[in-house]
Amino acid sequence: MNSYLLARMSSPILDVRDVARLARIELTDVEAATFQSQLGRVLEYVEQLNALDVSSVEPTAHANPVFNVLRADEPKPGLDRTSALANAPHAANNLVIVTKVIE
Amino acid sequence: MSNPTDLTISSLQEGYRCGAFTPVDVLRALEERISAVDPIVGAYLSRDFDTAVAAAEKADITLPLGGVPIGIKDAINVQGESCTCASRMLEGFRSPYDATVISRLRSAGAIPFGRMNMDEFAMGSSTENSAWQKTRNPWDPARIPGGSSGGSAAAVAAREAFATLGSDTGGSIRQPASLCGVVGLKPSYGRVSRYGLVAFASSLDQIGPIARSTRDCASIMNVIAGKDARDSTSLDLPSEDFSARLGGDLKGVKLGIPKEYFVDGMDKRVRECVENAIRQCEHLGAELVEISLPHTSYAVGVYYIIATAEASANLARFDGVRYGHRAKDPKDLLDHYMRSREEGFGSEVKRRIILGTYVLSSGYYDAYYVKAQKVRTLIRRDFTDAFEKVDAIVCPTSPDPAFKIGERIDDPLRMYLADIFTIATNLAGICGISVPCGLVEDEGTSLPVGLQFLGKPLDEARLLGIADAFEREGSGDILTRSGLPA
Repeated sequence: MNSYLLARMSSPILDVRDVARLARIELTDVEAATFQSQLGRVLEYVEQLNALDVSSVEPTAHANPVFNVLRADEPKPGLDRTSALANAPHAANNLVIVTKVIE
Repeated sequence: MSNPTDLTISSLQEGYRCGAFTPVDVLRALEERISAVDPIVGAYLSRDFDTAVAAAEKADITLPLGGVPIGIKDAINVQGESCTCASRMLEGFRSPYDATVISRLRSAGAIPFGRMNMDEFAMGSSTENSAWQKTRNPWDPARIPGGSSGGSAAAVAAREAFATLGSDTGGSIRQPASLCGVVGLKPSYGRVSRYGLVAFASSLDQIGPIARSTRDCASIMNVIAGKDARDSTSLDLPSEDFSARLGGDLKGVKLGIPKEYFVDGMDKRVRECVENAIRQCEHLGAELVEISLPHTSYAVGVYYIIATAEASANLARFDGVRYGHRAKDPKDLLDHYMRSREEGFGSEVKRRIILGTYVLSSGYYDAYYVKAQKVRTLIRRDFTDAFEKVDAIVCPTSPDPAFKIGERIDDPLRMYLADIFTIATNLAGICGISVPCGLVEDEGTSLPVGLQFLGKPLDEARLLGIADAFEREGSGDILTRSGLPA
């Protein structure tokens, strides 16, 4: 059985903690419990879409038929370094300081 | 009227031309009004009076919006000013550049003045999701002003702003305009550049004006609309005069009435008020045509899949590295991300990011996201079919008048249903406007009701003409006496 069918059979099976981790958001226990029930209700509401047969309908990604907007690949002046770094929470020596990635 | 803050933009400009007052006088009067009423309304997050006065001193009143102060939703970047999207995530952020709408306003002589409160990252229908403060409805301070552009609408209604810019992803300009008794326009997708607007749902977001007349909305559209190389979704169209069709009537206009927009569960008084307004359109010469938009009831469901999916991707940029809140002493990079986002985002933003991540995740993508995109096609087709038969659609903006602060905050689904009549517009990419059409009495207070007109894609000039024809006859004194007493 594929994952789609499994999802449909037991839907909604959103595990808030699991998805929050994918989204890189820490949750308190209270938040996790509240969101679990609130989002469960939202997903139940969304189930109404299953009443429609859309097998022969093309999806719409956005409203205008605009594709491949191109411009000349030429360098142009952008934000200067000082402005670009002005909002960084940690910056030094004209660089953004990041949390250590490699031990 | 003696106080310039009571004026519309067009009357204000008349006053400039005949020398009744100067832009500096007007800014002083505005500042006085804000000091008097904003402690109650709470529409402004901040404002920089000295910078605005410096601009007013140099203002060229011969320009299209010369010397006109305009309040800006806190999601639109104005160089040097704070731009927090009413979120702790962006506390202290100062914009390094102007959004395209702001540079266009400046070129037309307008003065961006004040940061208007909103729901955090434009997610909400009541402005209660602001991390900073509540905004109160000027008609009854116990009630919400609508949202997400609640500060933008409340300030205009309370006459502490002449006009403001908002953004509308699922009704965030029209719904607060309706609840506060002012005019708000959501332009068609692609009409106005979003460069410098903090992105929420990129296939739906549009910037638009909120003002005390349709005419003023048209004047602002004349300035902010147009192709911008910095927003590849903005459309390259011949320039247009959005004021061209103002001042007429509704003779020969075919108005469609969608039966799905008059549903059980909507406020009976609102329904009656809107039905009276529609009869008034008929008296003004419109031909009424009953139409059907059969997929209307799916719009909220589609929206909360597509908008949250796009939001989860757009808000991934808030990682506490280049800008935004950063948690103290992270033990590693994962902890850095997770705690920075936990501390920076409010509940509704987290809820929507989680929902959006879920509908895009492996195994659910087809069942939710692709399915919603397909139903979006059907909703769009409903409108295409309807506009074969009619010039514009007329319907309510909101199913209810302004509700009480706190009433829906713990029930997200009920809050989402506040946008039931505005959401399909964004999914279809068409344009829509809300104008006041009457008042309903609720627990001893009068509350405004908005009438919504929906137009074909890029048919703003006609839509504004229709709204203006109705407003001059049907909005009564709501636009002039709205908000708190003088």
